[in-house]
Amino acid sequence: MSVVEIRGRCVVPGVAEGAAFVSPETISGWGGIDSRTGTIVEMRHPMRGQSFAGKVLLFPGAKGSSGYSHFFHLCRVNGTAPVAQLFTRMTAKAALGCVVTRVPAMTDFDRDPFELIRPGDHVRVDADAGLVTVTRP
Amino acid sequence: MKLTDHEQAMLQGDHGPAKARAMDLLLRYGRALGAERLVEVRNVAGTWNAGSPALRPYADESMDRLFSKFNLDSDEVVETPQAEVYTCQLIHGIDTRNNRLMGVPDEAADYQRRAEAFFGRRGVSMFNTCTPYQVGNVPVKGEHCAWMESSAVVYCNAVLGARTNTEGRESTGAASLTGRIPYWGFHVPENRLGTHVLEAEPEVRGIMEWGLFGYHAGEAVGEDIPVLTGRLHQPGLIDLKHFGAAGASSGGIEMYHIPGTTPEAPGLEAALRPGAHERLVYTAADRQRAWENLNHSASSDDVDFVMLGCPHNAIEQVWTAAKLLDGRRVHENTELWIFTPRALKDTADLNGYTEVIERAGGHLLSDTCPAIGRVVPKGTRTVATDSAKQAHYLPAIMGVGCHFGSVAQCVEAAITGRWRGGLA
Repeated sequence: MSVVEIRGRCVVPGVAEGAAFVSPETISGWGGIDSRTGTIVEMRHPMRGQSFAGKVLLFPGAKGSSGYSHFFHLCRVNGTAPVAQLFTRMTAKAALGCVVTRVPAMTDFDRDPFELIRPGDHVRVDADAGLVTVTRP
Repeated sequence: MKLTDHEQAMLQGDHGPAKARAMDLLLRYGRALGAERLVEVRNVAGTWNAGSPALRPYADESMDRLFSKFNLDSDEVVETPQAEVYTCQLIHGIDTRNNRLMGVPDEAADYQRRAEAFFGRRGVSMFNTCTPYQVGNVPVKGEHCAWMESSAVVYCNAVLGARTNTEGRESTGAASLTGRIPYWGFHVPENRLGTHVLEAEPEVRGIMEWGLFGYHAGEAVGEDIPVLTGRLHQPGLIDLKHFGAAGASSGGIEMYHIPGTTPEAPGLEAALRPGAHERLVYTAADRQRAWENLNHSASSDDVDFVMLGCPHNAIEQVWTAAKLLDGRRVHENTELWIFTPRALKDTADLNGYTEVIERAGGHLLSDTCPAIGRVVPKGTRTVATDSAKQAHYLPAIMGVGCHFGSVAQCVEAAITGRWRGGLA
């Protein structure tokens, strides 16, 4: 078993943990996800057909329509939201999306999370302490 | 975050519970961004619609509940006050004057009408278009705004030189009530400078070519800021509307410069961030690839549905379509929908364009589009459109195949029912 720690900045406070869902590409809210299931639906997206519901979502950032926050807001309402969000590129869309999803979120990491987090790793996000703990069996 | 006395008073509830909830959201949002303060805005464009199935249960409770939940991210239900600053409604899901034609039930249209009456009375101007800059909302260079709608945001920043981030439903709701938004991103002058030079080798002229160039640019720079050079013909409003919409779909372009054309780029050096030397080239092969990416979803050349007007058509585009359709007849197996802002629909009616389009068997619609409204004619499998944005989104949203081409190619497809478009 290996344990890795990554430090970063709090975007939305709180503590949560779960299995990692790693999206190597940016995510579009409107037209990119199905908020009824938390599934990526964008054509040509590498994670198309997979759901981030209940997982720790690691993604580079937000793209596309300004409907982004509203669709993550609907994920929260529908119970299909991630349990925590980690992203590397701050934008207004990504920030507002995280705020209205109301789950712990972090960015500005001291090391590249895409190098250190693999799909299915157990990830604990302590946004209050600015700490991500990655456990791999 | 540092707050002014007035902002502190709003947060404390001195100006009513709705403004307190709005300030609470703006602070959560500002902290998430890492912003140090708020900035005053007097021009807000967002959405206060109620017609989509996910929203109706909230509207059933009350419009205040819908507003609190989705425009302020507030669990507490607050009474919706008058907007504090000039605010307009962008495109939404339902053309309430043509909902039956589009296959949308009257009940859904009724929700939308109720929302329009409720929020309209409270100062939200019901422009109902993704292109507020086509119907009189034209911010001045340097003006701070809080706009949604990616294609409008990039137009506002790049073409008008006004300043906005890509806001969302909740942040524009809060901005409308407070006249504030986090001072971050494109509100800060140094963040508006170009990060890349993107030089066009193929000639970029006309709507389709600007759309292809934009679609490539979004893939090439992602969320960065390209400075466009090379074989660019002087663009007009329509060209840049399509360029920005395409670049905000394939990528996240919110700002770009064209030296000598856009207001913050008197020359190449002035538009570039100091030390930004990365130079990209848009080649003939890139143009071909953009075309293929926009056409890959279509497996049939039998076109069931032709869609024009994303972003909403300028009156000039409606005129062009009317001329192409005059005296002809849309194929019996094909539907033709053309979208324009509601205010321009009145002009099209007056000019007789609407009559020409309808006589040919097409329809001139407003307020929505197939992607936003999630509606295409029944049984549609294959679409033709002159919009890179629509061709990007419709396959994912509606499960249809799309052909992308020029307006002439699309009208031809409407008349013959067959796609014969291609790159010249």
